[in-house]
Amino acid sequence: MAQRRSTIYLGVTATLVLLLVGMFLYASNVVRTSRPLFARKTALVRQLQLTDLCLFTEASYTRHVSMTDISTPFQDSPMSLEHFPTGALVEPPFHLVRNHGQRD
Amino acid sequence: MANVIEHHRHIIDFTLSSLLRRKGKNGALLLVYAVIVFILASVLFFSHALRREANLALSESPEIIVQRTMAGRYQTVPIFWSDRIRTINGVISVRPRLWGYQYDSVFQANYTLTVPAEHPPEPGSIDIGSGISRMRGAYPGDIISFAGHDGLPRSFTIRNVIDHESELLTSDLILLSDKDYRDFSGIPADQATDLTLRVRNPREYSTIAEKITRMFPEARPILRTEILRTYDALFGWRSGLIIVIFSAAIFAFAVFAWDKATGLSAEERREIGILKAVGWETSDILLMKFWEGIVLSLTAFLVGTILAYAHVFYTSVALFAPVLKGWSTLYPVFRLTPFIDLGQVATLFFLTVVPYTVTTIIPSWRAATIDPDAVMR
Repeated sequence: MAQRRSTIYLGVTATLVLLLVGMFLYASNVVRTSRPLFARKTALVRQLQLTDLCLFTEASYTRHVSMTDISTPFQDSPMSLEHFPTGALVEPPFHLVRNHGQRD
Repeated sequence: MANVIEHHRHIIDFTLSSLLRRKGKNGALLLVYAVIVFILASVLFFSHALRREANLALSESPEIIVQRTMAGRYQTVPIFWSDRIRTINGVISVRPRLWGYQYDSVFQANYTLTVPAEHPPEPGSIDIGSGISRMRGAYPGDIISFAGHDGLPRSFTIRNVIDHESELLTSDLILLSDKDYRDFSGIPADQATDLTLRVRNPREYSTIAEKITRMFPEARPILRTEILRTYDALFGWRSGLIIVIFSAAIFAFAVFAWDKATGLSAEERREIGILKAVGWETSDILLMKFWEGIVLSLTAFLVGTILAYAHVFYTSVALFAPVLKGWSTLYPVFRLTPFIDLGQVATLFFLTVVPYTVTTIIPSWRAATIDPDAVMR
């Protein structure tokens, strides 16, 4: 006998919900077991005195976002426009905006 | 209770048959809907996991960094500043830091050169990040040459390739000794790129930063809390990636909502009229429309979210990679730890499932409350 459509739909939905919940439980387990990994990473950060993630390598001001200044994105001329795509992806660091005029 | 469940199941049977009668339109709707949820969920998962990763990994970054600017440009810092800064109460130590960039014109890649605070390589040897190793096919024992500040090449033997697990921090790094870095970059012995400070009490960071700027007005102190805050807001709502994706998603949802809220097709109106004529209650019709909204939006939410999880945490955001890489040729291959913010998932659920279901019910309620004869005409 053919299955009722509601049985198929509820079965598929229940499977998807279980999959989603399973994924989140698995994720929380991975996070719990990755503590030693983060301990090694922080030790490396301390040893190398790192300040930024190596997420973008095309321009200095997106490679070291937290270290950048106001002028660098405009390079050598006030009319030189931002020409690296990743510069348009990220927000400028908060301290750069707040301290502009006080320290720069 | 069993009757109620059976009643709902009959309504779901009927709703599914009704949706399958217009399978082309509803299939396309489901696909577009799932793609929108997938993109939104991918951005949320990626930005949250990256924020947490940065927050944990960079929690041991230098407490205060002192740079020097002149006419808005960075300059090297005189090392004698260290002695003056060390006299400030609360400062435990001041250490000159040497680092900079090197452009490799052969591979068109930018490297970050840095001198480690502890265990630097011996003069003549370097450690490289796994991104550089992969790109250049370079391994321990190989020799790499770079042109120094005077245009003359310097050769270095690779001592180590930094472990792949930290690639998100070290992919483009070249570690070398203090002596090699000064010879390579031409920075004089009495200068450093910047200074790093250790401070006894985190609550004194900003006071010490103020004292430093009073001492050296051209100094630019950057606090650890500011570094962490940078990554908290890196992919904030004003950043390009989020604005573009969210505006596209909001536009798509607006089209959905407009299509639904402006009324039903003639065929759907006739269907409601017939159901009323054969004895369906208004509440049954609203229930049917409720299930229609749930079937489409919940399925799209579940499929989109599951695929987004796999996209972000198993394929390292393969679809966003071209955007994130920009013009760079050296890019880290990393797998993010699956930090998930359940609050964000719940928000995504309420922003995608609820509005669609509501906009499905309202026009049907209008059609279901008027006379069947008038609806069918």
